[in-house]
Amino acid sequence: MEINLVEHIIIPVVKILFIAHLLIIGVMAMIWSERRVSGWIQDRLGPNRVGPQGLLQPIADGIKFLFKEDLIPNHVDKPLYVLAPAMLLIPAMIAIAVVPFGSSITIAGIEEPIPLQIADINIGILYILAITSLGVYGVVIGAWASNNKYSLLGGLRSSAQMISYELTLGLAIIGVLMLSESLSLRTIAEQQGSNLWEWNFLIHFPAFLAFTTAMFAETNRLPFDLAEAEQELVAGYHTEYSSMKFAIFFMAEYMNMIVGSAVVVTLFLGGWHFFGLENVGGPFWSGVISFAIFFIKTGIFLFIFIWVRWTLPRFRYDQLMNFGWKFLLPVALTSIVVTGTLYVATNGNRLWIGIGNVVAAFIVVAIVAGMLALDNNSKSTVQSTPTAAPLRGLDAVE
Amino acid sequence: MNPEMILFFIFGAVALIGAIAVISFRHPIYSALSLIVTFFAQAGLFVLLGAHFVAAVQVIVYAGAIMVLFLFVIMLLNLGTLSAQGSLTGKLKGVAVVLGTLFAAQGIFIAVNVFKNTEVGTVEAMEKAAALNDNPIETYDIGELLFTDYLLPFEVTSLILLAALIGVIVLVKRENQTES
Repeated sequence: MEINLVEHIIIPVVKILFIAHLLIIGVMAMIWSERRVSGWIQDRLGPNRVGPQGLLQPIADGIKFLFKEDLIPNHVDKPLYVLAPAMLLIPAMIAIAVVPFGSSITIAGIEEPIPLQIADINIGILYILAITSLGVYGVVIGAWASNNKYSLLGGLRSSAQMISYELTLGLAIIGVLMLSESLSLRTIAEQQGSNLWEWNFLIHFPAFLAFTTAMFAETNRLPFDLAEAEQELVAGYHTEYSSMKFAIFFMAEYMNMIVGSAVVVTLFLGGWHFFGLENVGGPFWSGVISFAIFFIKTGIFLFIFIWVRWTLPRFRYDQLMNFGWKFLLPVALTSIVVTGTLYVATNGNRLWIGIGNVVAAFIVVAIVAGMLALDNNSKSTVQSTPTAAPLRGLDAVE
Repeated sequence: MNPEMILFFIFGAVALIGAIAVISFRHPIYSALSLIVTFFAQAGLFVLLGAHFVAAVQVIVYAGAIMVLFLFVIMLLNLGTLSAQGSLTGKLKGVAVVLGTLFAAQGIFIAVNVFKNTEVGTVEAMEKAAALNDNPIETYDIGELLFTDYLLPFEVTSLILLAALIGVIVLVKRENQTES
């Protein structure tokens, strides 16, 4: 294989540097907007002193983190305690590598158009699932190495939660993959047309909702932040972390959100398409515009992340497990069966598949809710005779 | 020395070191983490063979799901450092020695056969692997094979998995009933 300096080294390195820096700047922008938006939602100001509108607040925070004492408690397992923040940050950073952040761009002096994506591998979506599933180790190992009961509880909750919601995350995308007949994120984004009604979120609406909800759980955000529930576990898995190590945990959480939003935009919200606007202009400007569209879509989705966090209260742990296993998983499974059946029956008619998916999801949710209600009724009749339970217990002892 | 060869030796070395670390560490958490490193290096080796799908599944299933459950159990039971001796007693030790010898013999037999019949480690083999890597096996091909030539083994495997799943549910249910 002949190695061309420009094509094989300079362009990929420029792309990698661009995306890596965009991610870090994105984290700072997210921290600022989270605090400002939460202030706006709660009818207060939020940080507005450092720089115009408080825009430089994240930099001030970063400097403060750097100058804080890097405290390592005596009772921790030192190698793993130091390793854990990196184990969370690295998967969050490298998962973005296969996400297409625009169509392609032609720059004067280079013949072939450059695809706006670091690597277009043919198993793109599996790569994302594989890498994000490794993120849980940072939480679990950090929790265990802290040698603290609150941390350990946070880590246990996190691992159980991640495993439960990963299933939904994987199953919800199968319908999308069936229709686009590819695992490559670029092909999936290209196959969705320019118009809103051609995007996957309308065709696979229940799967879209299930995927988004599962993603909230995977990123440990409210209403699923049981791993760090302040009222119960101090700060959960990062109780014992201070200074820059704590900041890395924080950055990883926001990076996961950014990557997750970019993946949702690619899979369900049409990628860089927006009513033909992405084709306006020459081969250079259309590339820039397609990137801008993708950027804005991801930004809007990130705003929804913040909005949900400051609107919904936290789930109780049993509610979290019931919701994941009894509602999200059946909905995701139904979407596979319905999409597959209707794909064959209607010769791939998107309209029928879209309608069928919504109807089937309603029926499944109704059935599950009905069964749960029946179950609860039968349980409450048993509990309404309070003497029954202790007596039975005594019988067992005798 | 082409890039594939260098990567092969890096991944191979990491996989071996990880595997040795699994049985050398006294603490179960460290052992589990070493096993994850080995799985990851194996995924890298699959990529070098052009089997991208297998590599991704290796990471998703083994590193991403099964090992999380392992860690979960280790943390839940709060297993401490294992003592050096005394965990294997009389009869068990005999069984372990017999099984270990059988397993080692199997490994040596396969390794010898492979070295005899193929050109492992030679330049030609590396070039073949590189050619494979340039034309990776598409997921489409795997799917087609699974649903045509290998339909029966595929269905049998899913039946076995289903049986295991139902078995788990039945066991858990029985325990719950005796509790209440």
